[in-house]
Amino acid sequence: MTVSSTPGGGAAERLGSHRRSSHRVGRLAHDPAEAAPHLDLDALVDDRGTGIVVCCGSGGVGKTTTAAALAMRAAERGRKVVVLTIDPARRLAQSMGIEELDNTPRPVVGIDPTNGGSLDAMMLDMKSTFDEVVESQASPEKARAILDNPFYVALSSSFAGTQEYMAMEKLGQIHRQAKVDGTYDLIVVDTPPSRSALDFLDAPERLSSFLDGRFIKLLLAPAKGPAKVLGMGFGLITGALTKVLGAQVLTDLQTFVAAFDTVFGGFRQRAQQTYALLQDAQTAFVVVAAPERDALREAAYFVERLADDRMPLAGLVVNRAHPRPPVDLGAEEAVAAARWLARNAGSDAGGDAGGDAHSAGTPLHDPALAEGLLRLHADHVRITEREGELRRRFAATHPEVATAVVPALASDVHDLDGLRRVGALLAVGRD
Amino acid sequence: MSAVDRPGPDWPGVQLHVVTGKGGTGKSTVAAALALALASRGKDVLLCEVEGRQGIARMFDVDPLPYEERRIAKGLPAEPSGAAGTVHALHIDAESALLDYLAMYYRLGRAGRALDKFGVVEFATTIAPGVRDVLLTGKVFEAAKPGRRGKNARQYDAVVLDAPPTGRITQFLNVSDELAGLAKVGPVKSQADLMMTLFRSSRTAVHFVTVLEEMPVQETADGIADLRRTGLPVGGVVVNLTRPDELDADDLAAVTAGTAQAAPLAEDLAAAGIDGGPDELADLAEHLLAQGRDHAERKALEDAQRALVATYGVPTYELPRMAGGVDLGGLYELAGHLRRQGMA
Repeated sequence: MTVSSTPGGGAAERLGSHRRSSHRVGRLAHDPAEAAPHLDLDALVDDRGTGIVVCCGSGGVGKTTTAAALAMRAAERGRKVVVLTIDPARRLAQSMGIEELDNTPRPVVGIDPTNGGSLDAMMLDMKSTFDEVVESQASPEKARAILDNPFYVALSSSFAGTQEYMAMEKLGQIHRQAKVDGTYDLIVVDTPPSRSALDFLDAPERLSSFLDGRFIKLLLAPAKGPAKVLGMGFGLITGALTKVLGAQVLTDLQTFVAAFDTVFGGFRQRAQQTYALLQDAQTAFVVVAAPERDALREAAYFVERLADDRMPLAGLVVNRAHPRPPVDLGAEEAVAAARWLARNAGSDAGGDAGGDAHSAGTPLHDPALAEGLLRLHADHVRITEREGELRRRFAATHPEVATAVVPALASDVHDLDGLRRVGALLAVGRD
Repeated sequence: MSAVDRPGPDWPGVQLHVVTGKGGTGKSTVAAALALALASRGKDVLLCEVEGRQGIARMFDVDPLPYEERRIAKGLPAEPSGAAGTVHALHIDAESALLDYLAMYYRLGRAGRALDKFGVVEFATTIAPGVRDVLLTGKVFEAAKPGRRGKNARQYDAVVLDAPPTGRITQFLNVSDELAGLAKVGPVKSQADLMMTLFRSSRTAVHFVTVLEEMPVQETADGIADLRRTGLPVGGVVVNLTRPDELDADDLAAVTAGTAQAAPLAEDLAAAGIDGGPDELADLAEHLLAQGRDHAERKALEDAQRALVATYGVPTYELPRMAGGVDLGGLYELAGHLRRQGMA
């Protein structure tokens, strides 16, 4: 399936692939890969209508590697790409030249420029991104007051929710910049390994509802006028807060909220812009998962949430898959043969087994090796069967989701050649 | 293999077992297996989750857990004479923990609900990040301490916490420092300090779950160093999802070097009763050898990572990858592994 850059085209595609897959019901159990339409990632990055690719999914599924490999492949196919990563492995970051946290995209050295493309990369520095936003929204002295407040320090350097929000903020910044100076025509974003993979979608909404909340009004009340507008609860609340937090903390909090109040409007507006950018037809979400129950459950939840929020989904990448063996030997048959070899390993001639239907009188060469290889095979077959079943279930409940499958690699990816290989596997996308 | 059978449990005085690990390493599974293993030693165990995934309910095949201690399983008796302990489970969410906390320590029943109405609870739990962690750890602390208050309070022999991932664990447990910038004095601060005395003591152990791959092993090393710097007690390392040992060292060397030949293997396969003509068996033998080579390559990478883990100077335990995935029966099987290796 190619991914159309227009919403209407995308819908038609989805409908078409849905029809196609329903003809294959009879084969699903044998061939889970065939159950889902194929996600063509080369077509996605070649499409000049694709301006932003967001890679998301639960932790530990290879999201960062997928984002980097996809960005590199796009660059070598002629796109001017910037990839925004959150927390890459140290050696991968070094090989891309981004181990410095300076919040600025740097060119990646070693990209093949034959097709006219380029690749820049950066690692997100959550705190300086937050600081930059504050500085851009407030007067210098006001900004200073905010940046020094203990509540701001805690809020901007913690990982809960802020990182998601800042990743999207940085995406918005790079996008606005690229539109002005044309530095990039494709932005690839990795998302943080958060409690919920959807925190970054919720961040703008959460921020808005927080800002409109009664608690903020309460905290601002002493600065803004008579408390009675807040009703009966006011005394109760401040009493309770003082009791739990202590008077000093409450004062710090009020100072923070009062100082922050002026930049709230700007924050909300930016959050809404970023949210709209994510909904735009030039954006493509790639959900990354491993063929494991929890990762695919998270992916399913993600796919549904994206649909609810009218965010354009390109498809699902299933990493770390075990390829189906090219031979037709079931797990049970392999184990039965392995057992026979274990029983007869002691006798150097099969003929001694006396009356055993298997023995043809030939001596066994290396029964321990054969037994081990057969048990290994049985283990592998069981894994591919379980993975196939999980993927088939996902495809049955989400038949419209195009899928690319990437085999498990023997070792971690930590150089550009490794990324190039992953990029090629992503483009093939079948086991 | 670094994990060997040990005579007795390695963590006799530990009351709070904190289980962390990088995403995808199976930390929740290991936490559940550890709880079962402890229960199989006759202990009454509370298994806590704090990240809102309802993973415990799915693993133990029970209804989604409320903010309330529920009995979910029994351990297997260790000896014929020994009685099995129980596993209770608690799903902790920050909102409920805050209201609970206000009611318990400040007798703020009505005011607590008023705070909720004013959005304070939402503020405290989503926007002020340190507070969220203090609330979650506070509830775990309350469950783990001796002499619990409250009329239905059960006394547990051990609490197992399915904690946030390795990257966040030090920050999560180091509640006083996290709060220090916000609250230098006051009730919240003294509560956090009290919690720290348990977390820093020998009654707590923070265990790391890893798989034998470069990044998770590196993160484990970083996590251990972080904890030591902060003065939090490092427990053991559970190496999860290890590959099967179906081939011995000689066989691994033979398939890697290519000295193991397809023709004799095909004859052995035929003798073992595998159907197929000579060509089919030759193809099968070639495939099995290729698969063996791939396995040997991955085993060698695992061994290199295993050697790194051994340098961390903490007890290690190994759990095999289960080809069919982990169901409730599988959890008991993993618990048996942990018990035999002395983790419980």
